Amino acid sequence: MSTPKSTLNSSTDLSAPAIEVAGLTKTYGARGGPGRAARTVRALDGLDLVAAPGSVLGLLGPNGAGKSTTVKILATLSAPTQGVARVAGHDVVRDPAAVRRAIGYVAQRPVTDPMGTGRENLVLAGRLHGLGARDARSRADELLERFGVAHAADRLVKTWSGGMARKLDVAVGLVHRPQVLFLDEPTTGLDPEARAAMWAEIERMAAGDGMTILLTTHYLDEADRLADRVVIVDAGRDVVAGTPDALKDELRGDGVTVELADGATATDAVPVARRVPGVVDVTADGRTLRARADAGATALPALLAALDAAGIGVRAAGLSRPTLDDVYLRHTGRSLAEAHRAASAAAGTEGAEVAA
Amino acid sequence: MSAPTIAPVTTGGPHRRTSAPAQAVLLTARQARQGVRIPVFMVMNLLQPMIWLLLFGQLFRSVIEIPGFAGGADVSYLEYLTPGVVMMTAMGGAAWAGTTFVQDMERGVMDRFLASPTSRGALLSATMAWYALLGCAQALVVVGVAWLGGARFPGGWAGVVVLLLAVALLSCLFAALSGAVALLTRQQEALIGVSQLLTIPLMFLSSAVMDPALAPGWIAAVARYNPFDWAVVVARDALQGFVDPGAVWLHLGLLAAAVVVMGALASSAFRAYRRAL
Repeated sequence: MSTPKSTLNSSTDLSAPAIEVAGLTKTYGARGGPGRAARTVRALDGLDLVAAPGSVLGLLGPNGAGKSTTVKILATLSAPTQGVARVAGHDVVRDPAAVRRAIGYVAQRPVTDPMGTGRENLVLAGRLHGLGARDARSRADELLERFGVAHAADRLVKTWSGGMARKLDVAVGLVHRPQVLFLDEPTTGLDPEARAAMWAEIERMAAGDGMTILLTTHYLDEADRLADRVVIVDAGRDVVAGTPDALKDELRGDGVTVELADGATATDAVPVARRVPGVVDVTADGRTLRARADAGATALPALLAALDAAGIGVRAAGLSRPTLDDVYLRHTGRSLAEAHRAASAAAGTEGAEVAA
Repeated sequence: MSAPTIAPVTTGGPHRRTSAPAQAVLLTARQARQGVRIPVFMVMNLLQPMIWLLLFGQLFRSVIEIPGFAGGADVSYLEYLTPGVVMMTAMGGAAWAGTTFVQDMERGVMDRFLASPTSRGALLSATMAWYALLGCAQALVVVGVAWLGGARFPGGWAGVVVLLLAVALLSCLFAALSGAVALLTRQQEALIGVSQLLTIPLMFLSSAVMDPALAPGWIAAVARYNPFDWAVVVARDALQGFVDPGAVWLHLGLLAAAVVVMGALASSAFRAYRRAL
């Protein structure tokens, strides 16, 4: 991908991307332990990103890939070592105050005060952001209702369930109607039911408010379902970016599987299938014929017609779309689950000194 | 790919801003709510000065008979001790002020504040203000109990007001110190260090329980530079009816200057915290 670095100028242009990042680099000087030399840890290594206003951008990658570091820089918490980042048209280094007014930030850890009630957390966040007392109270009521936690509004957050508390985290990030919302692993640690509820909520936010959302996740299905565009991040770099469908389409189309009727053998069917236009990588396995097709929906009927004409009976046929996991594998050389296990193992032996 | 162009974002945030002092008030209220919701915390904070008052009042009651104690002033030991216990309570409480920062950093609360238009000064002031208020409430209880115990203070209400001023300044000083340590270390354990290694020696290198004029010369010399002793000197002289007004104002001034310096150091500790992110 080629990010238009030349467009990173200082004027505020409303049609400009809501998030624009070029060549972002972050190094930490990690302290060497006893008998170990001090070394530099490179959390980000020239990352590029663009998010259009009103879109949902998903940062997908294993732990330690640099997702949280990116979000912390964009939220003005951490300073980049090199590179440029603009959020809602404001440079995060030169004008952090303007960025802070434009964003909502939901960290990976809970962002609410457990010794305050849900309502108190929301009202305080609203007032710190400049809402008047009355506005903050009505906005808090609105969000408590919308996230389905109004029944617990006046209970201390420490008594809330994990799923409810995470919803409150997101609500706190929304109190001041930000232009850009950062959600750092919003569903990590939630049970499947709470995750489904959170997904529905994020989809509603994305559809309704014209807000730009940057979401980090290490769940493929989450990125696939919620993100308009996905950036796969690995070892501090953006490996590939695009819509989930475009990324999958790049993998030369769909998987085609045909199960042949009794009496037919796949070996006989292979030459027939190879002659069908758009069908490639044909393999036979017993009575099952496998192939790939650039556009499965048009290739499959043609293949079935060709088999019928050759007198080969078909019992079942199907198409399978490539998954984001196939995309991840193709671009990083390993599956996301494998990368995740490697990252967890490294964190276990070295101590999690780099929050990434 | 090229940067997509899409219609302007229509969700403008509110353009009103909350001033830093107003933010400090909101955050102080949050601290007060947290404190009141842990009744053990409040009870301990009121019980501890009573223990000091009783324990030291009994243990050292005869030091008053040493010739030359307190410059030969006509005071009971309880009257001598009361301002000392007031300040011990204020300093001992404020030394833990960084706990709120540690808890907020352990969760994502601190990061959320720092990624919002919340002023760092307001975060710090709120902690200082809450411990100043708590220290003043404790001081009133201690002075009241001492009065019931027979102590009499010629300084009257004016003396009490000046004592509260010194309590507020001393609380702010140690709350800022504790906050700075919390931001730099991000560990509750480090605050134990502040509380045990710093405040306890400071208590005894002062005139809080004993007249330094009767102690080895070096203790009196150290006490002169001990901000805790400055607060004790102010409070004692104010309660005794402003025998030496010059010393009261001088030491209040010194305390205020120390608060300004420590506040500035604690503010810069926020930068150190951000660098560690």
